[in-house]
Amino acid sequence: MSRGNIIAVVIAAVLLIALPRIITHEFYINMASQCLIFAILALSLNLMLGFGGMVSLGHAAYIGVAGYTCILLTIAGWHPLLAAIAALALSTVIAGVFGMLSLRAPGLGFLMITLALGQIVWGIAYRANTLTGGDNGIRLPARPEPFGINITGAPAFYYFTLIVFAVALFGMWRFARSPFGASLMGTRDQPRRMRMLGHNVWMVQWLTFVIAGFWGSVGGLMFVYYNVFLSPHALTLQQSAEILLMSILGGASSLTGPIVGAVIITLIKNVASTYVERWNTLLGAIFIAVIIFMPLGLVPGCRALWLRWRNRNRPKSPTPAAEPAE
Amino acid sequence: MQFWIIQTLNSVAFGGLLFLLSSGFSLIFGLMRIPNLAHGAFFMLGAYFGYTLLSLKFNFWIAAIGAGLGVGLVGIILERFILRQLPGNAQGQVLVTLGLSFIVADLCLLIWTGDPMPLPAPSELRPPLRYFGLAFPTYRLVVLGLALVAAVGLYILMERTRIGAMIRAGVDDMEMARGVGIPVGRLFTMVFLLGAALAGTGGVLGGPILNAYPGLDADMLPLALIVVILGGAGSLLGAFVGSFVVGFLYNFGIALVPDLAYFVLFLPMVLVLVFLPQGLFGRVQL
Repeated sequence: MSRGNIIAVVIAAVLLIALPRIITHEFYINMASQCLIFAILALSLNLMLGFGGMVSLGHAAYIGVAGYTCILLTIAGWHPLLAAIAALALSTVIAGVFGMLSLRAPGLGFLMITLALGQIVWGIAYRANTLTGGDNGIRLPARPEPFGINITGAPAFYYFTLIVFAVALFGMWRFARSPFGASLMGTRDQPRRMRMLGHNVWMVQWLTFVIAGFWGSVGGLMFVYYNVFLSPHALTLQQSAEILLMSILGGASSLTGPIVGAVIITLIKNVASTYVERWNTLLGAIFIAVIIFMPLGLVPGCRALWLRWRNRNRPKSPTPAAEPAE
Repeated sequence: MQFWIIQTLNSVAFGGLLFLLSSGFSLIFGLMRIPNLAHGAFFMLGAYFGYTLLSLKFNFWIAAIGAGLGVGLVGIILERFILRQLPGNAQGQVLVTLGLSFIVADLCLLIWTGDPMPLPAPSELRPPLRYFGLAFPTYRLVVLGLALVAAVGLYILMERTRIGAMIRAGVDDMEMARGVGIPVGRLFTMVFLLGAALAGTGGVLGGPILNAYPGLDADMLPLALIVVILGGAGSLLGAFVGSFVVGFLYNFGIALVPDLAYFVLFLPMVLVLVFLPQGLFGRVQL
């Protein structure tokens, strides 16, 4: 990390920690928690999308598997911590199975299979009335109390989310910077050469799928802790597509991109739903507009603009092009 | 006995509807190499168009054809004016079809409200046929018959005509097809029109069985995906076999183990992906 980046991270951290002091209204603090939760989900999806070039449309399945497992075990009387660990474990195992199936087909076949798997999880949640409460959903009895600290209040829950977010972000940052992350980007750009160099391309992609599934499950668990409720509506294709849009909108080739995307989409969604009823039309329109006009996303797009502006006095200096997501 | 007969007929009728939906999906995938994620929305749009035409007192069959043409028009617009903006960017094209499907679904909700809209079957087909003391639902038999007619028609189009030969050439080797002067761009539009129109007509024909309701698109799209994963992309025979397999599994799944109806679909998909990742009759890599 350069010095500029470190300063930026420190400023961002201070702002995030001070946030509940700046905006004291509970509604806005909750919205900030939502942004962080979706940022975890978008970041985890982005491990596959941005670094691995694998477009998944089934990420909401992890909200479902982790969320329902946690709720059902808590209702069955398990300790919240054990329930959370079991939920993450099961969800990660499911990610392993889904990864094996999805990676049977490259490219768009992968997208189709993840979509079908996500819809199957949705369908099971929707149909299995006796277990999941079907369309009516199911309530989590109470938010957990990590180390005996009550997190029912909005600021307390915000700090809890912030800690989980920081851990997740650090984990994914280490992942992206590690040699494994480098070999992942290699399989994205030059799978054949990577195979020639002796890398097991399939294994790299599968492990990424599983790790993305794990962090997605963490995000899903936080989603359930936030809402204290889960219904099949959280598992729909729209939900998966929203998470994907967050990654693409912000810019899939970086770690900041998905965070920016998650914040923008969550804010638009909250603002839009108070004024207009047609959130899905807006979602679809943003989707199409972003794909056609800004395929690289906001963060790389703005960075390119910034570099061009900074270099405006140096004629003909080659602007470093942002790395494409594919 | 009556239960099994009814469920079997429901299954094959549903399989027929799935064929109308997934044959177009499979052809589009085979030729253009993209899954058209708006295909479920086309099906639902067809059902709603049919509902409106029926409430304007049009004959059921005219409504079915009219809705098919209307949805086909939507398909042409999508292909010509949106997908053409993204040449060579398959991933972008797929996501655009997904975005469009959200818009279509939401506008359907706006126009036709959230209540399920019934599409009555033509009155002459409503009384059941009675043979050997058993009742057979007439309308479902007719749907099956129409799906078979469509299958034969598509087979003839694909295997016995010049256009079919050009489409097959495009599916097998796009660059070579371009190279020998086949107007691949025009074929794209034609296949998109055909696929969308089949889905729209399927929506009307499915109306008396399924009704038109918000969420119909999200219910049908994964079934079409599974059909294509099972049968193999770009293959009519694959779409045909896959449709009836999925039709049976889904229908009997709902009737016998309603809680696990979707899980029943999961198993054959796993088996095919593990042992035959190209699908049963796949012509192209998924």
